[in-house]
Amino acid sequence: MVALEQPREPIASTGASLDIDNVSHAFDLDGSLLRVLDSVSLKVEPGEFVALLGPSGCGKSTLLRLIAGLEPPRSGALRENGEPITGPHPSRVVVFQDPTLFPWRTVWNNVALGPEAQGSLKRQRERVDATIGLVGLTQFAKAYPHQLSGGMAQRVALARALVNDPAVMILDEPLGKLDSLTRLTMQSELVSLWRSKGFTAILVTHDVEEALFLSTRVVVFSERPARVKADFKVDLPYPRHRGDPRLAELRRESLALLGLAASW
Amino acid sequence: MTHVTALQPGRTGVLAGQGWAETLTGVVAGLSWLLAAIAAVAFEDIGDWLETENYAIAVGVIGVAIVAVALANRWLPRAGAWVLRAGPWLIALGLFQVVWQLAAAKFGWVPQPFFPPAQGIIEVYTFEYDELATHFLASFRLLVVGFTIGAAVGFVIGVSIGWSTKAGYWVHPVLRFIGPLPATSLLPIVFFAFPTSWSASIFLIALAAGFPVAVLTWSGVANVNTAYYDVARTLGVRPLGLIFKVAIPAALPNVFVGLFMALGAAFTALTVAELVGVKAGVGFYIQWSQGWASYANVYAALILLALLCSGSITLLFRTRDRLLSWQKGLVKW
Repeated sequence: MVALEQPREPIASTGASLDIDNVSHAFDLDGSLLRVLDSVSLKVEPGEFVALLGPSGCGKSTLLRLIAGLEPPRSGALRENGEPITGPHPSRVVVFQDPTLFPWRTVWNNVALGPEAQGSLKRQRERVDATIGLVGLTQFAKAYPHQLSGGMAQRVALARALVNDPAVMILDEPLGKLDSLTRLTMQSELVSLWRSKGFTAILVTHDVEEALFLSTRVVVFSERPARVKADFKVDLPYPRHRGDPRLAELRRESLALLGLAASW
Repeated sequence: MTHVTALQPGRTGVLAGQGWAETLTGVVAGLSWLLAAIAAVAFEDIGDWLETENYAIAVGVIGVAIVAVALANRWLPRAGAWVLRAGPWLIALGLFQVVWQLAAAKFGWVPQPFFPPAQGIIEVYTFEYDELATHFLASFRLLVVGFTIGAAVGFVIGVSIGWSTKAGYWVHPVLRFIGPLPATSLLPIVFFAFPTSWSASIFLIALAAGFPVAVLTWSGVANVNTAYYDVARTLGVRPLGLIFKVAIPAALPNVFVGLFMALGAAFTALTVAELVGVKAGVGFYIQWSQGWASYANVYAALILLALLCSGSITLLFRTRDRLLSWQKGLVKW
């Protein structure tokens, strides 16, 4: 369906390390303080694929916004490769749950926005073409977002992120709104992309199976304000098989950590 | 029994049905225009009109041309389709001209000079074309200059108060207080505050056009989905880029609604300014002609004014359709 590169053995990692050091964050809500993150500390190695699991509204997405540099934390520090994160940077791109494509730009121009903003579009035109090809949408390069299906739009959003050659890919439930078949296909595509590019990936998801199928490590958060409740490795080789008994076992453990043991 | 079967349309007849409908509509339309020509020459004019004969010839030629196109529609598929589509309108226009001709020029069913016949209005164009052209160009200049200034200033104000809270703090109260005031109510002040009546008129038109553009641009910029800014910022777009690459394109559909409303306001301001202020322009010409009770000139000028207004709106909508082709379901004009 999609012309992805054949999954190879992980290449030498180009990903960055992330250091989340005792970060707390809160929002002002009609005068009262809503605490969303409570002393969260997390070290992410270069090239890791970390999935963040937790109850709805616990503050996972807020943590991603802080990593992206879209907001500064109330206290604590965030570092990329040891450098403090002070604002957004194209080395840390975000793919949101909504594709958020710019409707007035064609697929090509959406993907080209990063290089355009950094003033390198003239040198990177072929790279834009190649990235659109990578997500299998060469024929739709001239289409406008309203002409795309949900899955195609999210692929464009992925391409728009990938074209910047990010060191950290921040994925905020990127497959959350897709139908289940498209979702399964794109999970495999994400793994292949990550394995071929070697970036560090941080994924927020509500889907325990998705987290276990994709990631090398799962971090489970508590109710708001979010604290790290559990942090474990998913020590299974890629490409993974959805029917793997070890996955089922990990899934049961994860659901128990999320307080859903009764349903199993 | 044989004649019954003969009356039933054959297969070829059914297939050619479309062609026959076109031919029939076209012929009837042509005949209605020819009837108007006959009405113009068959009776004596009750007034002193110079273009009756030319009018009859022109309408007659149009009538013959319509009939010819209708008969030849087999070989002129596009003209044939046009005749079929426009046919009912052509018939109505032809019959209207018959009634108008008889009522105004021949039997005096409507009072003169308030309802002149077609040849009376044509006479204005053939005898006073240079004067009409002067006034038309004067109006056109007022409209273009005033509207452009108003739209540009309104757009800049709208973007700045939509973007910057500081600009909003200072401009918003002024906009709320002055904006809803009909621009024309400032007439008495404007015409002594400005050095010339021309600059005063430009100010009035710009003011009338600026307000809707400012308000709609502002609301467009203020309502841009903040997720667009997040995405753009993570891709490395800087603040100025956020305005030009995100805020303005996202607000553009709103801006065009503002421009559309601004055009309407500008037309009103234009005619009012011309009626009371400047000594040139279609509005002035209408006023002046009315003073001489030459109503044919009033109608001739009104037709020009309608063309100017309708043409401006068509141009605006064409521009919008080009710029906003990424949107779905645009209203056709």
